[in-house]
Amino acid sequence: MKHRTFFWFFLPTALAMLVFIAAPIVSVVTQSFFLPHEAVLIETENCGPFGCNTSITIDQEATAELWEEAPLGRFAGFDIYLDRGHLATAEIGQAWTTSESWSEFWSIVFNLPFYRALAFTLTYTFVCTPALIALGFAIAVAVNSLHRHLRGLMIFFSLLPMIVTPLVGSLILFWMIDARGVLGNFIQYLADDPDLSLKASTPLMWISLIVYGIWSSAPFAFVVFYAGLQTVPQDTLESSMIDGATRWQQIRYVTIPHLMPLVTFVALIQLMDNFRVFEPIIGFTAAAHATSLSWIIFNDLGGETRQLSAAATTSVLTILGVAILLSPVLIRTWRDFRGRPA
Amino acid sequence: MYMKSFALAGAAALMATTAFAGGHTADGCGIESGRISIVGNEFPAIQTVGGTAVSCGEAAGIEARSNLTADHQQINVDGMAGDPAEYTSAIIANSSIVALINEDVIRPLNDLVEAYGQGLQPNQLIRVGDDILAVAFMANAQHLVYRADVLDELGLEPPATYEAMLEAAEAIRAAGIMENPVGGAYAAGWNLAQEFNNMFLGYGGTHFVPGTAEPNVNSEAGINALNMMKALSEYMNPDFLTHDSNATSAEFRAGNVALMNMWGSRAAVLTDAEGTPQEVIDGFAIAGPMTVGGGTIPASTLWWDGWTVAKNISDEDAEATFKALVQGISPAILADDEVAKQAVWLIDGYEPTEAAVGVFAAAEMGTIPYPYLPFMGLMHTALGNELADFMAGRESAEQALADVEAAYTAAAREQGFLE
Repeated sequence: MKHRTFFWFFLPTALAMLVFIAAPIVSVVTQSFFLPHEAVLIETENCGPFGCNTSITIDQEATAELWEEAPLGRFAGFDIYLDRGHLATAEIGQAWTTSESWSEFWSIVFNLPFYRALAFTLTYTFVCTPALIALGFAIAVAVNSLHRHLRGLMIFFSLLPMIVTPLVGSLILFWMIDARGVLGNFIQYLADDPDLSLKASTPLMWISLIVYGIWSSAPFAFVVFYAGLQTVPQDTLESSMIDGATRWQQIRYVTIPHLMPLVTFVALIQLMDNFRVFEPIIGFTAAAHATSLSWIIFNDLGGETRQLSAAATTSVLTILGVAILLSPVLIRTWRDFRGRPA
Repeated sequence: MYMKSFALAGAAALMATTAFAGGHTADGCGIESGRISIVGNEFPAIQTVGGTAVSCGEAAGIEARSNLTADHQQINVDGMAGDPAEYTSAIIANSSIVALINEDVIRPLNDLVEAYGQGLQPNQLIRVGDDILAVAFMANAQHLVYRADVLDELGLEPPATYEAMLEAAEAIRAAGIMENPVGGAYAAGWNLAQEFNNMFLGYGGTHFVPGTAEPNVNSEAGINALNMMKALSEYMNPDFLTHDSNATSAEFRAGNVALMNMWGSRAAVLTDAEGTPQEVIDGFAIAGPMTVGGGTIPASTLWWDGWTVAKNISDEDAEATFKALVQGISPAILADDEVAKQAVWLIDGYEPTEAAVGVFAAAEMGTIPYPYLPFMGLMHTALGNELADFMAGRESAEQALADVEAAYTAAAREQGFLE
């Protein structure tokens, strides 16, 4: 393609990417380096239905002047990145010098909001992703071996978890695992412990969230693998059968190698998605036991005072986290590109 | 069939509302021109105020609408920050007005009150310094809600203190009536922080070093408050950290709870839901808030709900909005018994209904109003995030409160309230 043709062909996409991807990222990064101005506080006499008292309010005129002079706020450099709500370098440094054992050090680290969230986010990502790939593959192989009249129906049911809105799906599961819900009661019966509550224990809540994550995302892997299965070369399969390969050997040595590129694709997408885990934490009201980076952003913005800079900083750290997660694949793609003969 | 009768009932209700509103607003409430656009929370009392104000505007033939949603707090600041502002009024409570004041998006109402607010009571006017920034129309507080039948069976008085609540809970459990007789909105986040605020103020604590934005919760009062909350949670459903006030109300309706601290605005309609067992409806009773630790000030907070007028709108729009909302909270709305029951109205001529005794007791006992300082929202968020570790048994009360102060300090520095 001529450069000129390519330019006009690519221009609409480039513009859309600029507006919808690049601009928001630039805005978030900028926000993460600036803080609101210091509030000019004054004492006033406040009155209401319950009487009067002397209280502190913001001096609007003085504050407005500050914003007039510097509309972006105070430049903070990397201060927000390093504060207690984010990377907490000072707190970790102090923990390093004062703690006498590794366990004490880690308990201080995981008491900091960012690292507590990161611990759950990474556990969730690295347990859910392989598990949902395996489950999705198993469903795809099972459905593919069904009689064709049954397939349509089974595909529909297998897709249901993905069709249900994540928040609604997690709420349904949340009610089912309640101590008085269907699943919660059944688990109590299995464990022979009438006081067992999934919602009251941190490890069980983590397991519930991870089970939800696998349940809701396995259909995505299933659809991709099921499509892939339709392209498995029949010649190779048949010749392996003639050679006496068992069904397991056919899957292991013919099907899986053929689907490997799809596994990479699903892994990439799901690593990104799972790293941004959010809905189940809200749906399960799980914030007491598990938080994620996305939950921190939501929480910073949801309070009576919105903490825009703090939320922006966590957003940038999330973007960096996704970039680090995907870097092995990105590096490989880059090498392939460089290695390609010109 | 159900659908049909439901639709019919809806239509009838709609007609009733229109007719009722029309009765007072047919003249357009003296509005000639302008625009009315209201954003606010969504519960029956606010529906009434917003609905009446909008029908004023409609009768006057001007643009009038309302957006009443539980997520009002997420949109009101942005919706009023533009010029001209999308919303000409936000209905808010004493906690959520802070964000509007901090962002300077509401208009002082002094001139409008003087010109058109003759019917308003002096105690309805929310003054910050010399400015009137809002007009309050109802009061709210958390107080005791209990099952009189269960307490009678055991010969117990309704508890006046949290210590007595613990004893009553133990007696109910020991008698085998209920396994977890105490209810509480202890869901991690806003609810848990609010329960801490109640208990902390009950023990005589103050959130900040007076006159400054320095945190002051890691104190004896804070530790006592947390220990009392922990003791209460032993008598709660083990899932208490996931129970907000909706879930707690449901527990009460299901007959699993006999004692709980609940919002007045919810208590009034608590047993109205369909399917509530008759014994719960009959046994349901309301009392004042409880004290704790031998203190005289209740472990609760007083709240008001009121309305504001946006700053970035024309005087014409402000005048129309003000007139309509004054009509929305005029004594005339109380003529409807259903409306009179919806809230503890701060309107002239309001006669307290039975459901209001809890909130009135709270006001009489000198309950402290929820502190509306510019940095209280940050403290509330920090409490909500950090206290769950203690309640779940993962760390000590001292550590949890130290974490609260550290989290608050970091946030307050960022927002420019602390050096």
